[in-house]
Amino acid sequence: MIEVVDPGLLTTIQDIGRPGYAHLGVPPSGACDPVSLAVGNRLVGNPPGVPALEATLIGPRLRFARPTLVALTGACESRVEECVELDVGRAVGGARIYVCVAGGIDAEPVLGSCSTDLLSGLGPSPLRAGDVLRVGAPGTPGEAAAASRTRVLRVVSGPREDWFASPEHLCSTEWKVTASSNRVGIRLDGPPLERARTDELRSEGLVTGALQVPPNGKPILLLNDHPTTGGYPVIGVVHSGDLPSAGQLAPGDVVAFRLN
Amino acid sequence: MNARRAGDRGWLLEVDEPARVAAALRRAHPELEEVVPGHETVLVVGDFTPGDIPLDEIELPPPTEIVLAVDYDGPDLDEVAGLTGLTVDEVVAIHSGATYTAAFLGGVGPGFAYLVGIDERLVVPRRHEPRTRVPGGTVGIAGPYSGVYPRETPGGWRLLGRTDAVFFDVTRERPSLINAGDTVRFVPR
Repeated sequence: MIEVVDPGLLTTIQDIGRPGYAHLGVPPSGACDPVSLAVGNRLVGNPPGVPALEATLIGPRLRFARPTLVALTGACESRVEECVELDVGRAVGGARIYVCVAGGIDAEPVLGSCSTDLLSGLGPSPLRAGDVLRVGAPGTPGEAAAASRTRVLRVVSGPREDWFASPEHLCSTEWKVTASSNRVGIRLDGPPLERARTDELRSEGLVTGALQVPPNGKPILLLNDHPTTGGYPVIGVVHSGDLPSAGQLAPGDVVAFRLN
Repeated sequence: MNARRAGDRGWLLEVDEPARVAAALRRAHPELEEVVPGHETVLVVGDFTPGDIPLDEIELPPPTEIVLAVDYDGPDLDEVAGLTGLTVDEVVAIHSGATYTAAFLGGVGPGFAYLVGIDERLVVPRRHEPRTRVPGGTVGIAGPYSGVYPRETPGGWRLLGRTDAVFFDVTRERPSLINAGDTVRFVPR
């Protein structure tokens, strides 16, 4: 058992999410940096997609009922330690820290996943002080290399690049990550992308990594709790291999896109 | 059929009858990760090559009809009457007189269906300032759509009434009460 002494800024339970239900309006959810989740789980002997804690910018303080093997990965110096008390601290070099415990966090699955979905309210609530978390049965720890991260993200053009006057502008400028970013989307700031047409696009399905452009011309990079349909044109989509890096973008970071 | 890339793992297909095509694709290719109908498109995510789908050959079961009892006492009835030049009674009669089709789901979250088939006289723009809080079960209209908010969320649609149906419940075999392609009628109570 783990007692939450202080939940930090925003700490949620995340696994690999709920793919397959987008047609019902259910976001994919799951860890925004699934590579760090998998690495952390491996370090403590769990299968890669076992539920862990995803801490945002400022991590939680936790107290364990018995000494427990814990891995910290993502936006921190990756490490494994046996803990009775743990102060996760601030994120460094990214936005999200994964706290993986041997045996995994034991939570009630909803549509096959224990992930907290901030858009739709599915899954457990974000952590609060005083919460008590159950831990599953541990396995045998392994070894894993730390994930590498990049601030240059590969992007596949479209599906609606033809709605913009100069779609190449997306890749010829640098974009700043604003503070109004969360698990639903990362709001970017930079010179606005001008539209070639001003009529309204009929709503269509959205994927994680889509760069959706609202009327102000500043793209929103959709993360795991994004709505499954929407009516703003998508100028390009971040390559699936670079989504873990996108999931670590923190306010103030500068990001560039390269056409794949 | 026109196909556009939607990332390295997805395609956006521009089709007629997206709800029908999506249901057919899901049935023929259960291995696909996501098949998401939109207003004029179907998004497909997974191992897929557009062009090799025999869409016309697939028979689909008839749509389910869903009837919702509505208390027409919404906060925007007078405003909609003003915008359309109708009386409140006429707004209610016209809204409940139509049969709607669920074009697609999404937007504010699980179970939110975009219903098409609204009478032209009731096509009004969404509110300039969205409300920060719309209770679950609220029936609204905006542009070419009607819909019901499945749970409390912010929302910009014009609100006509409320229903106490449960629109999304993960413990049901069909978690969403309304699915794309279903027909929906509103009955005043």
